[in-house]
Amino acid sequence: MHCKNLLAALSEYVDGDLTPALCSAIERHMAECANCRIVVDTLRKTVSLYRVYGHEDVPADAKDRLYAVLHLERRSRT
Amino acid sequence: MRLSSKELLTNTLHRSDSELTAALKAGDQEAFTELVERFSPTVYNLALRLMGFPQAAEDVLQETFLSAFRAIDRFEGRSQLGTWLYRIAYNAALMQLRKRELPTSSIDAPMVNEEGDETPRQLVDWGPRPDQLALAGELRALLHAAVATLSKTLQAVFVLRDIEGLSTAETADVLGLTETNVKVRLHRARLALREQLTPYFAAAVAPAQARSGDLASQQEAVRALQEPVGRVVGIR
Repeated sequence: MHCKNLLAALSEYVDGDLTPALCSAIERHMAECANCRIVVDTLRKTVSLYRVYGHEDVPADAKDRLYAVLHLERRSRT
Repeated sequence: MRLSSKELLTNTLHRSDSELTAALKAGDQEAFTELVERFSPTVYNLALRLMGFPQAAEDVLQETFLSAFRAIDRFEGRSQLGTWLYRIAYNAALMQLRKRELPTSSIDAPMVNEEGDETPRQLVDWGPRPDQLALAGELRALLHAAVATLSKTLQAVFVLRDIEGLSTAETADVLGLTETNVKVRLHRARLALREQLTPYFAAAVAPAQARSGDLASQQEAVRALQEPVGRVVGIR
């Protein structure tokens, strides 16, 4: 395996979507390639940062205004 | 916090899509509340990344639920309720963006789109816990700014898959893409975000290493950052 093959399969590897055979090929390559180890590690951290910190709650006042708009609409329909 | 509120909803409010749809069509007030509580978080987050700021995201949020409210009688349940709502939100956001677009909008052009080179440029390690190196607010702003450099389709795929946790199939359904296309775009978005974040976290790691006396690692990190783009990469 070369860096470019690893790079193409990287997201699926990080998501655990690859076959065991491909996984071990990637791991063998990583054992001898420091650059790919860094790319895999920092890609994994990128995904995990967004999973933990990426989501923003709907602001409470925005939610209140949404309900107000929907209630108005409902009244106008009945 | 997001998980616990979702779990709470699952325990207290959750009805199947068809039960909820029937209740909505019957004009059940609680069903509309449930619709908003279940789906507004993802609608809002999708809108926030696409539109770029909270006020515009709120407009899309309102427009999405108003449209859904008006069209619920025509919803036939061929897709999931969530998928249907997120598609309405995505289209509403794109419509707003088109209205906003000015002839000289080159500064809004995405740095990263579906084409181009994916070769990693930044090959500096981040250190063990980048989330501890920044205040939560600062980190969120940084993550948001990095997403803003992506094209709209990359943003949409990334938000739905990695931030909101939709499956590849659901994301494909919302955005009208094939599953392969979703995977390709997600991969591209992640690689681009990794590039965007690396200078920040590499820079944050260097002083910490200096304090611990690991000068060689620090010098290596600084050298790598100063290398012209392309020369750092040892792609075989």
